[in-house]
Amino acid sequence: MSDLPNRVTDAGLDWLDASGDHSDIVLSTRMRLARNLQGRAFGARSRVNDRTAVLRQVREALPSVQPLQGAEVQELRGLPRRGARLLLERRVISRELLGEVGASSKAADATTADWGASPEEGEEDSGRAVEGAAVVLAPASPLSIMLNEEDHLRIQVLVSGLDLREAWNRVDLLDEELGQHVPYAYHPEFGFLTSCPTNVGTGLRASVLLHLPGLVLTKEIGKVLQGLSQVGLTFRGLYGEGSEVVGNFFQLSNQTTLGKTEEDLVDHLDTVVRQVIQYEVKARHVLLRDAGAVTEDKVWRAYGLLRYARSLSFEELMNLLSGVRLGASLKLLSGLRVYPLNKIMMFTQPAHLDEAAGRVLSPAESDAHRAAYVRRILLDEGSVEESGPPSGSDSGTPSEDPAS
Amino acid sequence: MKCDECGGENPVIHLTEVEDNETRTLHLCAECAEARGVHGTPVPENFLLAGVLAQIEGSGTKVNPGPGSEGSGSGRCDFCGLTIRGFKESGRLGCPHCWSTFEGQLRPLLHRVQGAVQHVGKVYLPPDPSASEREKRLEGLRRKLDRAVDLEDFERAAELRDQIRSIRKAAT
Ligand SMILES: [Zn+2]
Ligand SMILES: [Zn+2]
Repeated sequence: MSDLPNRVTDAGLDWLDASGDHSDIVLSTRMRLARNLQGRAFGARSRVNDRTAVLRQVREALPSVQPLQGAEVQELRGLPRRGARLLLERRVISRELLGEVGASSKAADATTADWGASPEEGEEDSGRAVEGAAVVLAPASPLSIMLNEEDHLRIQVLVSGLDLREAWNRVDLLDEELGQHVPYAYHPEFGFLTSCPTNVGTGLRASVLLHLPGLVLTKEIGKVLQGLSQVGLTFRGLYGEGSEVVGNFFQLSNQTTLGKTEEDLVDHLDTVVRQVIQYEVKARHVLLRDAGAVTEDKVWRAYGLLRYARSLSFEELMNLLSGVRLGASLKLLSGLRVYPLNKIMMFTQPAHLDEAAGRVLSPAESDAHRAAYVRRILLDEGSVEESGPPSGSDSGTPSEDPAS
Repeated sequence: MKCDECGGENPVIHLTEVEDNETRTLHLCAECAEARGVHGTPVPENFLLAGVLAQIEGSGTKVNPGPGSEGSGSGRCDFCGLTIRGFKESGRLGCPHCWSTFEGQLRPLLHRVQGAVQHVGKVYLPPDPSASEREKRLEGLRRKLDRAVDLEDFERAAELRDQIRSIRKAAT
């Protein structure tokens, strides 16, 4: 039923190809810059004329901003609700931009949008979004800008694997160009001014989405995560529709935005993430050494369920996918690539299934469509070699370092 | 989502524990987290902020005295009308001018929440810059250029050289 604009249906998919570094463990790198324009109220205190002025200024600047060639401003009120749901599941827009959470009640910000969580049921259009809430989307670009969310501008990029420097370079370049055409609110002492004091200064929030089953299964995860809070980073488990962490996915990001240069913030996160990857790789070796047969059995069972199940809840899928992803990374499921697994993770979210079906599915239908999609992808792109000696008892090491 | 301890709305602490191969997550509101003595665990930014906001002006009062009493004895932003009480309640500023209006309250808050008060990142050059703004900006770009050269990111270095050149040209 895609009468939705291409810029909406194509947005936020770049990271899926697993082309980035360590993309078996690091799903994606995300970065955003918070910016506000001079002389305009923002967030909850903004009025319609403030927000429409932001739209106008950005619209006028766009043709001169090279990294956003061909970009357009998509107002949420002009977008069918299913389009907004897609963008939410792609992590391109936030619930707050959709007008579904108050500024003070949200856990952190758009970078922590819950996976697979549907927006509230209801209207056909995105009518709950405030007038002026919009997103700038460029064709074939991982860059986007949310307009009139908590801050006037949230410049964002979402790329594959661990690629913090490249992500920073991309948002930096866009920010440099845009800032020459729209006047930012900037203070010599406080830096770039934001609605929330936790974002002021650089306005930079960098985050990576990590898959850490080794650390969870060896019970090392608590220690690692606690260490992170002592080095200025925050983490968050990835939640599905319920309140349980699903699929051993964790998001790490910088906690502070002021008093350090952007490069230092990015480098620090990069250093720590590389350490966490090393811990994860070590934990996986321990797992194979001490429980190789059990691990292999679990991985194959997960693959078997995904390959043949006729109904899958999103949470069940995410947990099985975690096992299969581990198996692919450890070469237990020989020949299985990460790309189809990323696709499954994205396209089995509720709004994506609805979009593919051309209608809103009931929960039971959704589970059936999800299972059918998974079967099809695994059949077409996810076959594995079943031969090979039974492993586990004596030879416990993986054939290749999963981090290389 | 509700607090796992008291059932209250909007838990802000998501405490991940691992037990018997199972990851378990506790969702706690700020009060319950404090009561449990959750320290050294990851603190989401807004939790920290809430604690600090309550201490602004040392009043610590969370009681809403009702309409009409707004702004008594505390500042109000001339531009957007936000009061210090409004800020304490929402944790959000309303406009760029709020940052100057409330800078006295914001400095200690930033010190606690951010561990710093002075921005040292990118220097912004507004579309119509003064000479000193331009100098600061060039300084920042040179710093970036040095770093790009160190990292042997020559494409980036070339971009930065172009930027430096165009700012110098605009100054003459
Ligand atoms: Zn509670
Ligand atoms: Zn104000």
